[in-house]
Amino acid sequence: MEDVTNAIVLILNFLFVPGLTYGCQLALGALGVTLVYGILRYSNFAHGETMSFGAMVCILVVWWLQSLGISIAPLPTVLLALPIGILATVLFCLLTDRLVYRFYRQQKSQPVILLIASIGVMFLMNGLIRFVIGPDDRRVGDGARFIINAREFRQMTGLSEGLAIKTSQGITVIVTVLLVAALFWFLNRTRAGKSMRAYSDNEDLALLSGINPERVVMITWILTGILATIAGTLYGLDKSYKPFTYLQLLLPIFAAAIVGGLGNPLGAIAGGFVIAFSEVSITFAYRKFIAYLVPESWAPDGLLQLLSTDYKFAVSFVILVLVLLIRPTGIFRGQST
Amino acid sequence: MIGVNRNLIMFGLMALMLSAVGFGQSWSLALAIVNLCLISAIMALGVNIQWGYAGLFNVGVMGFAALGGVAGVLVSSQPVPGAWAVGGAGILAAGGVALVTIFAVWLVTRVHFPFRGVVIGIVILAGFLAARAVFDPAVEAIEGYQSARYGYLGGLGLPILFSWFVGGALAAGAAWIVGKISLGLRSDYLAIATLGISEIIVAMLKNEDWLARGVKNVTGLPRPVPYEVDLQQAVWFQDLAQSLGTSSVDLSSIVVKLSYAALFAVVLLAVLWLSETALRSPWGRMMRAIRDNEVAAGAMGKDVTKRHLQVFILGSAVIGMAGAMLTTLDGQFTPSSYQPLRFTFVIWVMVIVGGSGNNWGAVLGGFLIWFLWVEAEPIGLWLMDTLTSGMAIENPLRLHLIKSAAHMRLMTMGLVLLLVLRFAPQGLIPEQKR
Amino acid sequence: MSFLIGEVMTGGYGTGADILHDCTIAVDKGEIAVVVGPNGAGKSTAMKAMFGMLNLRSGRVLLDGEDITALTPQARVHKGMGFVPQTSNVFTSMSVEENLEMGAFIREDDISNTMEQVFALFPILKEKRAQAAGELSGGQRQQVAVARALMTKPQVLMLDEPTAGVSPIVMDELFDRIIEIARTGITILIVEQNARQALNIADKGYVLVQGRNRFTDTGQALLANPEVRQSFLGG
Repeated sequence: MEDVTNAIVLILNFLFVPGLTYGCQLALGALGVTLVYGILRYSNFAHGETMSFGAMVCILVVWWLQSLGISIAPLPTVLLALPIGILATVLFCLLTDRLVYRFYRQQKSQPVILLIASIGVMFLMNGLIRFVIGPDDRRVGDGARFIINAREFRQMTGLSEGLAIKTSQGITVIVTVLLVAALFWFLNRTRAGKSMRAYSDNEDLALLSGINPERVVMITWILTGILATIAGTLYGLDKSYKPFTYLQLLLPIFAAAIVGGLGNPLGAIAGGFVIAFSEVSITFAYRKFIAYLVPESWAPDGLLQLLSTDYKFAVSFVILVLVLLIRPTGIFRGQST
Repeated sequence: MIGVNRNLIMFGLMALMLSAVGFGQSWSLALAIVNLCLISAIMALGVNIQWGYAGLFNVGVMGFAALGGVAGVLVSSQPVPGAWAVGGAGILAAGGVALVTIFAVWLVTRVHFPFRGVVIGIVILAGFLAARAVFDPAVEAIEGYQSARYGYLGGLGLPILFSWFVGGALAAGAAWIVGKISLGLRSDYLAIATLGISEIIVAMLKNEDWLARGVKNVTGLPRPVPYEVDLQQAVWFQDLAQSLGTSSVDLSSIVVKLSYAALFAVVLLAVLWLSETALRSPWGRMMRAIRDNEVAAGAMGKDVTKRHLQVFILGSAVIGMAGAMLTTLDGQFTPSSYQPLRFTFVIWVMVIVGGSGNNWGAVLGGFLIWFLWVEAEPIGLWLMDTLTSGMAIENPLRLHLIKSAAHMRLMTMGLVLLLVLRFAPQGLIPEQKR
Repeated sequence: MSFLIGEVMTGGYGTGADILHDCTIAVDKGEIAVVVGPNGAGKSTAMKAMFGMLNLRSGRVLLDGEDITALTPQARVHKGMGFVPQTSNVFTSMSVEENLEMGAFIREDDISNTMEQVFALFPILKEKRAQAAGELSGGQRQQVAVARALMTKPQVLMLDEPTAGVSPIVMDELFDRIIEIARTGITILIVEQNARQALNIADKGYVLVQGRNRFTDTGQALLANPEVRQSFLGG
């Protein structure tokens, strides 16, 4: 019986908790992509850099706060920095919309032109970020590292497997739940949120109903800025902040948004967890888990890992391909045009 | 005629800028830039065939270029018989199992019965595990074989020029698979799918050490042109250097680079000629008709998806070929150098800036953007130095700005792309209306 | 003078060829006007012209005596015009109630009264208020579409083929509702394929052919006119 408990704790510790955390980060990222797609109707390749930008501003603010000796230990200081990071990112998003995207919107350009414009913005932001903070690895978190660490857990339960929950993981899950709840409250309960959904659903009819498209677009960028900053900061807090990793996040984030159904916020969240748990469970080595559950003599030799972690992109990709082949509009029907 | 003159002037200006580097910095550097300009131009042509002719949005340029690049290793490096002896059979067997699995899946998809999806899943998983069972030990054996020097199967030991064709073929094969899956869907999906496949290709090339040593790199690939040392030792060459009034070291470097440039130029001109001929042929007219109005073309009985697949494969093959040429120029294959910004998005900037749909535009864009990409760093450095010249030498802001000047090139790319897209969306050399 | 007049309108979409040629359509306050005609006669185009969705090369549009020719469709909504497009006329992913709320988006005052009135007119919608509009039957969707347009408390309601694709029973039901709406003093302009049924409820009918007025009379007179019957009502 104890072996079974150990096996479960092992899965919780190495598969469930990391998968849940990563899923939250992807879900928030995919929400940003899906909102822009639903309203502005193009795939925003600059979204990874928007996340990176928000995280960078937060780090800069953290440094400033630390130099003033301000801290909210055991919580990481970066939580205090979030509002400023969000503000800066929202302003940046609105500025790029004003200077870049609005023109193509008025021209009624094809979505692919907006996509190319977003690549230009991506380059610009990527350069700007490296210019300001440099390409190096930065630690985002301070304060307590663990809510529960593996040693304490073992002592508490007497099990041989430990369950560690990092502060960053706890914060990620709590912040995501709060943020998603707030977002859905906004989209489903407020007039502005409903007007966004209406615009996304049927642009012409929304115009006939007197909904102001520029206002909807502005709200979209504000939400995108908030989501991107928080997603980027949580990711940096959990792993560490490196400018180039955010470009690599683009693939799983888009995979999550497409798998869930582009333009559908609920789908983006579902997609984020589908991608995250698939990635983690397919690259997980099951040897120890099986060893707990079978008699000693049956214990396997190999790692029992389906794919090495180097191929985690392949997981996003394969799931994406499966969805495209089986159900091109995603799990929750997204926009098909 | 005005248009032709304008284009000549632009190419002339490009030549002028390159010569400025020759006079100002060094001719060896100028030629190094020219060589990469030529390769970039070929990649841009490949992307232009896909985007300009057919409106296909391929964000996987990096992957196709890397596949071409690895062809350089697979074709030209010497085979490692020891590695083949310990693991070659296992790798081939694993390949065989994979083929059998694919065949089995194909068989299952032919018939209809309940829970077919589950059966397909089981077949794939079983095949995967079976292949892994023979593959893993073989890989371990190969990678363990004299790992400091080999640790891989080696190549065919053929002249590296063959790899240009093999690279094109490999990229074409990958394009066929991606195209089969994602063409016919929305353009955004093709973009994401190609982004994904390129990340996977590069991840494989980094991690599958048995194939091409992964990040340990295969270096010292044979060249299609003479080595500098050999030239420097040749008597006739020393005489030539003397008569030109330069050192044989400098001259040898220039001669080698010129030889590469000549080889690349031949390929560039050939691809350019073929592309232009194709564009003017009935096939090219049909492609543009499909691009401009897919629905109408489809209604007239044109198989849009099939044509798209064709053009996607052709363009990817050209990109793969350019990748192989890059490996040839470097004399080595370094998977970790394949970054999406450098190998995918910069190529896109070239195509958009040059003029989508115009082959000459793609070539000009390839030259101009590569030149900017290389020169943005020194220019940025100079700019920062000038801007901050009023500050004290030790001023931290000045130090930071100068240290970060290297990242100016990314911003330059973004700015150039956005400005061209906004103010000259046709690019420098617009598509001709025929 | 009529409440809504499209006067000698000439124009087409964008820079394309003219579709309307000196076409005039007028409705009196609280009356129902119906525009009928063969396919491609420019019926819908005439209505869209009056709602400002295409550029007129000549002619003008008057609402309650005011020249509104230069106004955008959105501005006309603010002036009290409601428009129900032929297709994609509901927010499919939103509930019936949310559709109505979006209909009333430009209103700053309390909309609950209007919503009750609309529910009284279309009781089925009250029942289905929480259901997504995309899940409703075709006839119910058309009701949502009309109800949405009514939420602004418009003075004029324009309907583009409201009965396209619905069963005859639903069609009669829908026409009954439209008569009820007209009785509340709202001016109604309808473009219809089902000419006979539509002219039956019309105070005034317009028969358009190739973008020109061919016959104009009361609905009953047009129904009685042998030439109209022969050519446009199938005998």
